[in-house]
Amino acid sequence: MDDDRVFKALADPTRRFLLDRLFERDGRTLTDLEEELEMTRFGVMKHLRVLEDAGLVVTRRQGREKLHFLNPVPIRLIHDRWIDKYTERQVSALADLKSELEETA
Amino acid sequence: MTTITEVQTTQVYQVFIKATPEQIWDAITKPEFTARYFHGVTIDTSPSRRQTYYHGELANEADVLEWEPPRRLVHSWISFYDAEMAAEEPSRVSWEIEPQEGGYSLLTVVHDQLEGAPKTAAGVAGAGWMMVLSGLKTVLETGEPLTTF
Repeated sequence: MDDDRVFKALADPTRRFLLDRLFERDGRTLTDLEEELEMTRFGVMKHLRVLEDAGLVVTRRQGREKLHFLNPVPIRLIHDRWIDKYTERQVSALADLKSELEETA
Repeated sequence: MTTITEVQTTQVYQVFIKATPEQIWDAITKPEFTARYFHGVTIDTSPSRRQTYYHGELANEADVLEWEPPRRLVHSWISFYDAEMAAEEPSRVSWEIEPQEGGYSLLTVVHDQLEGAPKTAAGVAGAGWMMVLSGLKTVLETGEPLTTF
């Protein structure tokens, strides 16, 4: 819904690192993620909060634990909105070039 | 680059859609909607069964475990389109719809109980569910399908 938040969340290496860790293994606790980083618990919490606000991380309660899940949908939507649009133009430019070259050949 | 090092036995997907819970409920339960975003299959969901038709033929039947329109739908899942996946144990899919301020709804899809279905887990992860959810969002928001099947 809010592209700015997603781009901002992705603009930080620690947050990208956290997403990569969740990509490897999903559904992790704060304590678990904290062990991957040389950072205070509060620091990790702050980064997770930004990721959560951007919709890139979703938390679910399981018993007494709060688990963090990677939500890839916002990245997909950005892909649909930004990447597809531009690659489409490139592809059609190449298609035009091909037909032009083949016509003159 | 990272690689998936283990099978995710619970997968969570979330998307905001500019639609009411009732519209989203219809889009996930009524066959005329699903054909436009769910990999081209027609899915008819009743309070007890979720029947999937492919080219007009009944291709798969799943149990509906919870039916609370327009907020919560839970059903069993078998990836029938692949013989190896189809032979795995059934997993579970939950759709949760929460209305938000400003005419939006938050749709959460949880695909879990995938312990007995590693190939299915890898198959539906990422692109699989994302195609469905971004397609659903596009159909509801623009009235047009994201892709043609």
